[in-house]
Amino acid sequence: MRLFGHKPTTLAWVGLAIIGFFSLIAVLAPLLAPHEEGAVVSDTWAPASGSFLLGTDNIGRDMLTRLMYGARMTIGVALTCTILSFIIGTTLGLLAAVGGSLLDQVLSRSVDIMLSIPLLVFALMILSMFGSSIPTLIITIAILDSTRVFRLARSVALNLVVLDYVEAARLRGEGLWWLMRREILPNALPPMISEFGLRFCFNFLFVAGLSFLGLGIQPPYADWGGMVRENGRAIAFGVSAPLWPAIAISIVTIGVNLVVDWILSINARPSGASAEM
Amino acid sequence: MLRIIATRVVLGILTLLAVSILIFAATEILPGDVASAVLGQGATPETLRVFRKELGLDRPAHVRYAEWFTGAIQGNFGKALTNKRDILTSITPRLKNTLFLAGYAALIAVPLSVALGILAAINEGKLADRLANIISLATISVPEFFIAYLLILFFAVKLRYFPSLSTVFADMPLSKKLHVTALPAVTLTMLVAAHMLRMTRSSVLSIMSQPYIEMAFLKGLSRTRVVLTHALPNAAAPIITVIALNLAYLIVGVVVIEVVFVYPGIGQFMVDGVSKRDLPVVQACGLIFAGAFITLNTVADVLSILVNPRLRHPV
Repeated sequence: MRLFGHKPTTLAWVGLAIIGFFSLIAVLAPLLAPHEEGAVVSDTWAPASGSFLLGTDNIGRDMLTRLMYGARMTIGVALTCTILSFIIGTTLGLLAAVGGSLLDQVLSRSVDIMLSIPLLVFALMILSMFGSSIPTLIITIAILDSTRVFRLARSVALNLVVLDYVEAARLRGEGLWWLMRREILPNALPPMISEFGLRFCFNFLFVAGLSFLGLGIQPPYADWGGMVRENGRAIAFGVSAPLWPAIAISIVTIGVNLVVDWILSINARPSGASAEM
Repeated sequence: MLRIIATRVVLGILTLLAVSILIFAATEILPGDVASAVLGQGATPETLRVFRKELGLDRPAHVRYAEWFTGAIQGNFGKALTNKRDILTSITPRLKNTLFLAGYAALIAVPLSVALGILAAINEGKLADRLANIISLATISVPEFFIAYLLILFFAVKLRYFPSLSTVFADMPLSKKLHVTALPAVTLTMLVAAHMLRMTRSSVLSIMSQPYIEMAFLKGLSRTRVVLTHALPNAAAPIITVIALNLAYLIVGVVVIEVVFVYPGIGQFMVDGVSKRDLPVVQACGLIFAGAFITLNTVADVLSILVNPRLRHPV
């Protein structure tokens, strides 16, 4: 089987399988889950058994059920953030490249200032202002993350703007929007695809991290970062409850990274072998 | 050369100024203002007016900014909204704790990762290199709290070598303190060491493709000798930059780690402030984090100019 006209490597297949598996769980959570999302079905931190395959959590909810619904929430929020961040970042990045030096300066310097504060610290400040609801969380992360997308989109587009076919389109009197959408965007897409995977990983870990701090997705919704937080104390008794959601987060991130590595290796191939000593 | 460095330092100060305006302006874009955000639904116009006056919100924004910023650089961050305590007196011991933890982690991480990075570069493509590559990739792609909980499970719960919570007091003897904070320090080390190792390795390897290195090989020198005496001196500049950048990264990593180990540092203080929506505390912590981050980035730039002669004469 071929994807994007290339044969995936074994590691890429592993990554694709992981992504497919978790997407399926996220979409089908209500059908697959053995119990209700918020139902208290047993004692606190009951050990794994036939009816609770991974045991129960801090207030006696089924861990496996929570993990399935958590996949929905955590992956869904991270994916929405990434898509939004790409829409904002790419639009502004192309605009900065096409729209003349004044616009470019204003946008680039604003992004420089935003990037000079650690993202986590920035996000904490915004969340302390607006409180943490899911829309606020998504918009905050999308805007902060779009600064990185902006930088890549701008630098890719700057190399394209000077090409002859863009000049030709300019001379035939096409507008700014046409130049961005029809001339530059299609050619800027290939390097942006692997970046999408990397930004997703970053946002995914970021959402999980914020929820872990109690500042991301709020209960009663199940989400992996929040589940680690709720069950954190269990570790002192040698109960592995907080490790399950943490393992799930790690597996998804590694899976996406494997696919990204493969896409990067396809893109890198035509430019010649690296200096090998 | 002095002029380039001076420009860079001035640029850093300007960035810090811009960031402080941004941090302050963030409170201004709030619909309503801080007073209504804190009082919430139960606010009557009367209590709002009194509270605004108490916070000084009845004066124009630029006056309050000037007051806040001049206060902040003199160490006067005002009082916390929730418990009315002076922020500086709550922050100082916490800042010391955080610096202690970050310094502890840096002392382990820097020599370890630079040495391993060089070792991986010497053995490029061999087992040791691939092992270092896989382990560092794995630590980068898992969340920091996962590493922390794994370490707690094995070293605190199963083996009982270290406590699972890092409670420290001001008058604790150093040896005790080092023991109690060992697990958070090791977690932080793993986080930054992975980045540093990979960057060190790649900066040594990028030097390895230069013609003079090929010459050294053709002379018949051993690979170890070529790396240590020919490549390394020229790779020093990027490695120093890498170290400074990762120390900046350490500052962010410390927030989550402090929460996991319930370590009384500034990161936990900030997270507390955010969940209580105590804006002056959050602003003060944010300014300190941003200040440290910008300072380290500026230091990284200046060091790379000092170490690399080619950067001293930009075209």
